[in-house]
Amino acid sequence: MIVQALAFYMFAFIAVAAGVMVISARNPVHSVLFLILAFFNSAGLFVLMGAEFLAMILIIVYVGAVAVLFMFVVMMLDINFAELRQGFLHYLPIGGMIGLVLLAEILVIVGGWIMAPEAAKTAMAPAPDALTNTRALGELIYTHYIFLFQAAGVVLLIAMIGAIVLTHRRRKGLRKQKIADQVRRRPEDTVEVRNVETGKGI
Amino acid sequence: MDAMLLEYLPILIFLGLATAISAIAVGASFIIARQRPDSAKASAYECGFDVFDDARGKFDVRFYLVAILFIIFDLEVAFLFPWAITLGKIGVFGFWSMMVFLAVLTVGFIYEWKVGALEWE
Repeated sequence: MIVQALAFYMFAFIAVAAGVMVISARNPVHSVLFLILAFFNSAGLFVLMGAEFLAMILIIVYVGAVAVLFMFVVMMLDINFAELRQGFLHYLPIGGMIGLVLLAEILVIVGGWIMAPEAAKTAMAPAPDALTNTRALGELIYTHYIFLFQAAGVVLLIAMIGAIVLTHRRRKGLRKQKIADQVRRRPEDTVEVRNVETGKGI
Repeated sequence: MDAMLLEYLPILIFLGLATAISAIAVGASFIIARQRPDSAKASAYECGFDVFDDARGKFDVRFYLVAILFIIFDLEVAFLFPWAITLGKIGVFGFWSMMVFLAVLTVGFIYEWKVGALEWE
């Protein structure tokens, strides 16, 4: 039990510290690396809460794919980051307002937790004991939440087509290898044997 | 709940070991090794690259496309895991539910293939 508490404090502390570093690191590449650290520690917190599947998905999808994508974006865009920072005061009101909204939401959650401690427990709805986390999810997603599941499929399809339409461009004048044509080519079609008389050309 | 966490205990121990070993490896070479910093050591050798430079160079946008397509199929596979282990319980309806999901994404896959997004050129 003490190990569990220690692990919780370690993961939580590193996650928060990494989150602070994400917004305070000067180099955006370092920011993304700290973001990956934050993802890893959140996965640890999910495991402590018993949400195994979510933790593994966080590692596979967010660390394995989304963070790599962020890295691409950060490295691909040729932005002068000192120039970007100049707009800080200009965006301060909007950013501050969004921060306030988030703070209000957190206060509502904490308030609810203090006013009615039982409510949080019912919302958690732990998986039945004999069931693993992944199995409990699997029994709900594909049948009970079928419309949301299919909608997720459509969203993925749109994302795929959108990415292709936006970034794929065909270069003109390419001479690609066509293996089928190359293999189909026979000597009879292209090679001609001629008898050349001595002392004469063709 | 606690039994499940007990299964993760080895991973936590490995995490601690990995942190300790990497800290020892970096720390020992920092403390024990002789260090004579010299500006010539950090300079480009013959016609090599600059040793310390900005990591941000321009990338071809095609790498980005490959990464996005990878994420989409990564998510598709993530949906398959809970489906595979509960297939016995969710029955025919659950099976066809997944088949429709896969069919929708296969449409995207065929489009992707035909348009040539998988080819490097």
